[in-house]
Amino acid sequence: MVKVTFIDFTGETRPVEVPSGTTLMRAATDNRVPGIDGDCGGNCACATCHVYVDPQWSGRAGARTAMEEEMLNLVAEPRENSRLACQITLTDALHGLVVRTPEAQH
Amino acid sequence: MNAILSHESADIRAAARARVAALPLEELNPADPQEFVDDTVGYIFERLRREDPVHRSHSPIPGIDTYWSVTRYQDIMKVDTSHGVYSSENGITLMDFPPDDEQKLKMFIAMDPPKHDEQRKTVNSIVAPANLNNWQDLIRERTAKVLDSLPRNEIFNWVDRVSIELTTYMLATLFDFPLADRRLLTHWSDMATANKLTNPDAPEPEVRMAELRKMLEYFTRLWNERINAPPRTDLVSMLAHGAATRNMGPMEFMGNLVLLIVGGNDTTRNSMTGGLLALHDNPQEMAKLRANPALIDSLVPEIIRWQTPLAYMRRTAVVDTELAGKEIKKGDKLAMWYLSGNRDETAIPQPQRFIVDRDRPRQHLSFGFGIHRCVGNRLAELQLKILWEEILPRFKAIEVMGEPTRIRSAFVRGFSHLPVRIPA
Repeated sequence: MVKVTFIDFTGETRPVEVPSGTTLMRAATDNRVPGIDGDCGGNCACATCHVYVDPQWSGRAGARTAMEEEMLNLVAEPRENSRLACQITLTDALHGLVVRTPEAQH
Repeated sequence: MNAILSHESADIRAAARARVAALPLEELNPADPQEFVDDTVGYIFERLRREDPVHRSHSPIPGIDTYWSVTRYQDIMKVDTSHGVYSSENGITLMDFPPDDEQKLKMFIAMDPPKHDEQRKTVNSIVAPANLNNWQDLIRERTAKVLDSLPRNEIFNWVDRVSIELTTYMLATLFDFPLADRRLLTHWSDMATANKLTNPDAPEPEVRMAELRKMLEYFTRLWNERINAPPRTDLVSMLAHGAATRNMGPMEFMGNLVLLIVGGNDTTRNSMTGGLLALHDNPQEMAKLRANPALIDSLVPEIIRWQTPLAYMRRTAVVDTELAGKEIKKGDKLAMWYLSGNRDETAIPQPQRFIVDRDRPRQHLSFGFGIHRCVGNRLAELQLKILWEEILPRFKAIEVMGEPTRIRSAFVRGFSHLPVRIPA
């Protein structure tokens, strides 16, 4: 199991544990973590699973894909550590990952 | 009266289903506007999803001719997210115009990256969360005012008194457009989508373009006022000051105005009407909603799925490619039928039912997917949410008194008339 912590824009913290291989988006939607919609079901096509990856994890979370880069054009407040949660697969290397969710999704 | 009407309409539906079942496959043409007037196009989609999900369709309407109908959810998702293969540059509707015909409007929805991305970013922030929060109170106040002004015990047209009124108010607010003239926006929206070739009652192309030029003149006045003033947060000021939009030529300004007016007007307008009709047709769902108004959160996306106010978006292949076993040639045009994908049982459980407490109600195609996804989706949802939050405590019932009149268009799926009565 991989442990991930979601922190929303008010500072509320929600830790969840999911099997290795789950995407970060599914980790949120399967556990009804608010603030992540995932309207397209994980196709990198709606920009409604925008998260800010905690800077100390950004290296391990990997780089954005070209498609993800384009979809991040749609989000309200993109930052350097913006990612789409459907494009991050949780492996043991990401055990303990911390991400923040924005005030609202696209 | 109601019962007789629904009975007649049930007969018409049964006949339509039989007619569609008897047609040779190659004759199925979902872009026939009559199928939308009669609300029978669903039978064509049902058959296409089952028998020929990516279907070569032929329309007798000049300018539409031959096109591919993409009818399944996953194939639509694939086309919508492959903008390098399926371009938007030739327009978003099936109608082709001769090169350089001014009727082919230039607008960012009909552009590919990078120009699309730059222009879209200019208007993105008007519908950003911070602005939506600022607008909530204003939308609620206007919605309450419009609802409080409705007659009691008297039949009236819901489309005109509520749907058009509310969406036009909103649009005027976004543009900071003089409120007294707001019905001009409705008129221009209707003109922009009018097409003589698909609707004999529509104005001649020259009349349409003359009206759109009046729109351009009016907005050019607003543009000139605002470019000489500090940047503000209305759409005209944003376009006038935006780096990617301030040097637009007049025709490109016209195109983007049409995009924002139609996008912000026709769509939400028809979801406001379609939602009322859906709840009337499904009284058990209305009962659930009355018992638990918190269901408005899932009601809203379900209405948007159910209505699918834009039935399709067009793409044009820029290379030879393959889709669901069909060979698509460079230059072929495709209709991604969102209306059909939203009824695809392989993607959405019980898609033929309107369910206000559906699981995963947001996973519908109505806003499109990929880089062209609707820019105003959250605003649309907010308007619908507030409308239902204000309706439920205010009215015990809104009775639908007869059949709706549907718009003669295969693109804008909507209504011109819905007779209703609110009991005293």
